[in-house]
Amino acid sequence: MSKIAKKRKRLNIISNVYAFLVYALLYIPVAVMMVFSFNDQKYNYYWNGFTTQWYTKLFTNSTLVDSLIYSLIIAVLSTLISVFIGTIGALGLKRYEFKMKKFIDNMLYIPIIVPEIVLAVALLIIFLKVGVSMGMGTILIGHCTFCIPYAIVTIKGRISGDNETLEEASMDLGANRVQTLLRVTLPNIFPGVMSAAFLSFTMSFDDVVMSNMLAGAKQSTLPVLILSMNKTGVTPDVNALATIMILIIVAAMILNNIIQGALHKRVK
Amino acid sequence: MNNKKKKNMLPALAMAGPVSVWMILFVTIPMLYIIYISFMSRGVFGDVVYKFSTESYKTILDPTYFKVILKSLKAAGITTILCLLLGYPLAYIIAHKPKDTAAKLITLIMIPFWTNSLMRLNSWLLLFQTSGPINNFLVGTGIVKEPITFIYTDGLVLIGLITNMLPFAVLPLYSTIEKLDKSLIEASADLGASAATTFMRVTLPITFPGIFSAIILVFIPSLGIYTVTDMLGGGKILYIGNIIKNQFGSIRNWPLGAALSVMLIVITMLLIFIYTRFAKIEDMEVV
Repeated sequence: MSKIAKKRKRLNIISNVYAFLVYALLYIPVAVMMVFSFNDQKYNYYWNGFTTQWYTKLFTNSTLVDSLIYSLIIAVLSTLISVFIGTIGALGLKRYEFKMKKFIDNMLYIPIIVPEIVLAVALLIIFLKVGVSMGMGTILIGHCTFCIPYAIVTIKGRISGDNETLEEASMDLGANRVQTLLRVTLPNIFPGVMSAAFLSFTMSFDDVVMSNMLAGAKQSTLPVLILSMNKTGVTPDVNALATIMILIIVAAMILNNIIQGALHKRVK
Repeated sequence: MNNKKKKNMLPALAMAGPVSVWMILFVTIPMLYIIYISFMSRGVFGDVVYKFSTESYKTILDPTYFKVILKSLKAAGITTILCLLLGYPLAYIIAHKPKDTAAKLITLIMIPFWTNSLMRLNSWLLLFQTSGPINNFLVGTGIVKEPITFIYTDGLVLIGLITNMLPFAVLPLYSTIEKLDKSLIEASADLGASAATTFMRVTLPITFPGIFSAIILVFIPSLGIYTVTDMLGGGKILYIGNIIKNQFGSIRNWPLGAALSVMLIVITMLLIFIYTRFAKIEDMEVV
């Protein structure tokens, strides 16, 4: 083996070890979370032996289940609203020129870049000023306000010149605007719409700041509940719940990859 | 002619209308209103007195608050630097893998982020608490006599910040390094530059927009975050985010909270302004 090849090989090993260590840093918290879901200690203060009781008792903790359901409803609704407004908005902002366009384009970057707490308190004081009562509605508005810009950026990246040619062809062949949108444009940008939906769902579901500032007194979302549990110690049943959730997400993702791969092959 | 123009505006209105209305109602107006509130004063009972005053901005400069601001800036700065130092080599390594492998490695970075972020932070607490695995190991092996207090320290908050922010550095870095024209590197090497010179004079300058995106995407959220300090600081460690939150909760000083928010907006705008000097905002990889 030549000297250069040897050197390259050594460099390769070093870089792989480095990458492994950084990945470890990202995965340690996930692994610890999973391990402590099997801990036989009420507040996870120390390791006290293996148990699966938190998984079987999971659905008897009504506070936890209620907050989970509340979070899921909010995440689904904000995803639907954000993806709807985001999809037509991305097309509208990409295709048409109008007076306020540049301004709206700039506004979209504010929720993405400015710290979330700033937008949350800004919305809070406006809602209080107008006299809106806090609750699911205000949380939804908060979540959509940061989900819509992300949805638009994601979908915009999918709209290319090709789409426009196809759309013109569709209109020339006698389809009206709505038909063209539903049968030509949407299928074209569908992967972008799906990633926007996935992104909106995960951001809404994981959000603490908006949910905390804009919540009513009655019900908190799962992340807000976890934040409030922090003072006494987060109980292991939350670890169990989070473990189940990440397993579902990863399984769904693998399934989605397999389906996409199969579809891709069929197209080819 | 006029009629035709009007007719053509209808689809634009139908499609871009909802997002425009949403942004103006829930971004423009609240942002303007918070600036307005920051120039009002606080009443005796924590209410807002609608009389012009710069009192809140003066309070920010008060040592008690100013110390917190400096501390937050320092923490966000260290987080950004460490995320860049950790993230750049990783992004570089991933970008030089075959396309399929690279895509998988990027997905692997994202997966932990689909786990609840507070639960991931809580894991650091479990790991480092007084009778947690790290302390048990250290005491058990006799490295230390007494358990070390790791929790509720700035160090642990820093670990939480770095592990929460790292992907936001890696992703924009990866996409600029990946786009880098490899022939430029070869040309530099052919012309006799060493690997280090090539990196410093070719790779680094070309990937600078990615580096600056990473700085913005890590520094600004770190500056405003309060969940990491709440989870890992146990209420003892306060950054700007905590102070803002408290003004709208127990302490009730809206003008001060608004003024601190405006300060965060100004810092953000300043960084974005610098960014737009050498790159287009549209090119910033935010997702």
